[in-house]
Amino acid sequence: MTFLQLNDLKVHFPTDDGLVKSVDGLSFQLERGKTLGIVGESGSGKSVTSLSILGLHKGGRAKISGEIWLDGEELVSASQEHVRSLRGKKMAMIFQDPLSAMHPYYTVGDQIIEAYRIHNDVSKKVAKKHAIDMLGRVGIPQPDRRVDSYPHEFSGGMRQRAMIAMALSCDPELLIADEPTTALDVTVQAQILDLMRDLQRDFNAALIIITHDLGVVAELSDDILVMYGGKCIEYGSADDIFERPEHPYTWGLLGSMPRLDREVTERLLPIKGSPPSLINVPSGCAFHPRCAFEPRTGGKGSTVVPDLVETEGGHLVRCHLSREERRDIWATEIKPKLES
Amino acid sequence: MTETILSVEGLEKHFPVTKGLFKSQVGAVKAVDGISFDVRKGETLGLVGESGCGKTTTGRLITRLIEPTGGKITFEGHDITHMKQGKLRPLRRDMQMIFQDPYSSLNPRHTVGAIVGAPFRIQGIETEQGTKKAVQDILELVGLNPEHYNRYPHEFSGGQRQRIGIARTLALKPKLIIADEPVSALDVSIQAQVVNLLEDLQNELDLTYVVIAHDLSVVRHISDRVAVMYLGKIVEVGERAGLYGSPMHPYTNALLSAVPIPDPKQREGRERIRLTGDVPSPLNPPPACRFHTRCWKAQEICKTQEPPLAELAPGHAVACHFPENAPSKTETPATVA
Ligand SMILES: Nc1ncnc2c1ncn2[C@@H]1O[C@H](COP(=O)(O)OP(=O)(O)OP(=O)(O)O)[C@@H](O)[C@H]1O
Ligand SMILES: Nc1ncnc2c1ncn2[C@@H]1O[C@H](COP(=O)(O)OP(=O)(O)OP(=O)(O)O)[C@@H](O)[C@H]1O
Ligand code: SF4
Ligand code: SF4
Ligand SMILES: [Mg+2]
Ligand SMILES: [Mg+2]
Repeated sequence: MTFLQLNDLKVHFPTDDGLVKSVDGLSFQLERGKTLGIVGESGSGKSVTSLSILGLHKGGRAKISGEIWLDGEELVSASQEHVRSLRGKKMAMIFQDPLSAMHPYYTVGDQIIEAYRIHNDVSKKVAKKHAIDMLGRVGIPQPDRRVDSYPHEFSGGMRQRAMIAMALSCDPELLIADEPTTALDVTVQAQILDLMRDLQRDFNAALIIITHDLGVVAELSDDILVMYGGKCIEYGSADDIFERPEHPYTWGLLGSMPRLDREVTERLLPIKGSPPSLINVPSGCAFHPRCAFEPRTGGKGSTVVPDLVETEGGHLVRCHLSREERRDIWATEIKPKLES
Repeated sequence: MTETILSVEGLEKHFPVTKGLFKSQVGAVKAVDGISFDVRKGETLGLVGESGCGKTTTGRLITRLIEPTGGKITFEGHDITHMKQGKLRPLRRDMQMIFQDPYSSLNPRHTVGAIVGAPFRIQGIETEQGTKKAVQDILELVGLNPEHYNRYPHEFSGGQRQRIGIARTLALKPKLIIADEPVSALDVSIQAQVVNLLEDLQNELDLTYVVIAHDLSVVRHISDRVAVMYLGKIVEVGERAGLYGSPMHPYTNALLSAVPIPDPKQREGRERIRLTGDVPSPLNPPPACRFHTRCWKAQEICKTQEPPLAELAPGHAVACHFPENAPSKTETPATVA
């Protein structure tokens, strides 16, 4: 049985301006001990997806359909109370913004203690010892003293680590990390990434890491899902995405990014235009107004929504170009420019 | 010799920390603590370092948005360190700053035309065919549609807003632009557009840039020379190839090795330096070499003697007693008497 499986998840928000299709038919699977990286443009639905898995859109105005199976249980149809009871132990999340996830009036320690005691029948004293232990593991210096600090007394990096300690305090089986290192300096980021790797190894947890940083996903992920306009446009192993990407948007991402491990290129190869509106999603392929290869699909790009199709062994692509055309473009037009 | 457009010597900014009813000073944040560097005409100097090391403060000092506590700033041969606002005015045209956040630095109630045209009005400058035409030309230059003249910032995407900010900066044809994190708030796909735009404009308009950023890959792409800051000090400065190819300061080495590489094949086997501990507070920086609390090479001398910024290879200077990759006498104290 697959540990986590999403089937055609849709999360739509009715707003005054119209229906926002934040997530529009997303499916993927994740096994224990594996890491899935999710990348994509700002507003492409990454955070909404993770909040839906945690059940945090339940009871709100979001319209949710599809299925989320976690360890044999379906969560979209489950009650709010039930999903809440799974949070902490079965699944936990590291939020994009640590301050919003922590309560300003309680000490960091109290917040970890409370989270721990919901799932573990232990005394306050035992829980506090555990909290100190966790803070030490995430690299907070003098954890026995810092456990009594308030969130605002921590630096940004320490807060992020404290939140990670909180998320990990009950050894969750599924950990979702939403931009866990975006606000951090590279040296602190490196510490946090090491930590997540260790914890995953120790507990065989399933990990979803959401980020716009292709370097971070390349370091951590087994599989990578690329989102654009609420949909998965490419999915594959880390090698598929970095070595043999087949979607024009993925090419665009790779070309936009200067790389330290390559010779300096004369020019970056940006994607033209700006991210799509999710209310008036472009017709056909949502990427078509920005896609340099749209003319090669004979007008289909702007009229027909392409399906997500397997190109080879678990590598999925949503594009009207044929497999041969895509591979040819990558090999002759894109790859040489990236490596020049 | 290429001409020096800006020269900074021993520049300092100490922000007073006050306490109590009478605001007595109890200390100072040494945000910038004695830095020196030159910027050559037509080049791009990158300024990198971790959050809080004093990059933005340096930018604001150079553009005289804040008053230095010490040191000297020379722009095109003029000492502007403590120049009065009135005398500064013409110089303000020549030196402009692009701000960190494209969302908050544009007034939402003003049209694009008003925003980009403001520098003309403030400086009281008449243009040949009127301000509107001048503004529309600039909009076109930065890749915006001249018809955007009457629109408001919220109608634009992040990348377009950053272009509006750049257009405003260019209005008065500056010679030197200080760009503070010009792309960090933007989506990856948009970052590349703005980076290319900055490079094109530099070629077309013969601009000199100081680009402040924490993203080492972006800085490498865009800069001719790079200065690395740590806790208010410049610890290393050099030509791009030398600094990235053979970084000398342990901190620079740590920074570079911490950057995640977007290549899953390089996951294993990559040599990584892991720093422990947080950046110390600039309120109370460690004595002598400020990096010694986190440096794996630190010796007794590092805690007692501040290493000077010394040129160890042509155009490549480092402040460290035991630099890496130093040309000849590696592992020996680099201090010159
Ligand atoms: N509660 C809500 N009501 C209406 N729209 C929403 C709501 N939450 C999210 N959205 C919209 O859904 C879209 C997807 O948002 P989401 O936060 O998932 O983006 P993201 O991919 O995480 O982006 P980022 O990289 O900027 O974090 C956005 O356009 C956002 O404005
Ligand atoms: N007006 C001020 N009053 C007091 N302290 C200040 C002031 N401005 C900046 N500082 C402090 O000076 C130090 C340097 O700040 P600065 O903004 O220059 O850092 P930075 O390198 O630009 O960091 P970031 O990458 O986070 O933008 C920080 O410790 C900051 O808190
Ligand atoms: S379907 Fe057409 S427009 Fe969409 S990515 Fe493929 S080529 Fe581009
Ligand atoms: S001077 Fe000493 S402590 Fe400072 S960076 Fe060099 S070796 Fe490290
Ligand atoms: Mg998000
Ligand atoms: Mg700054």
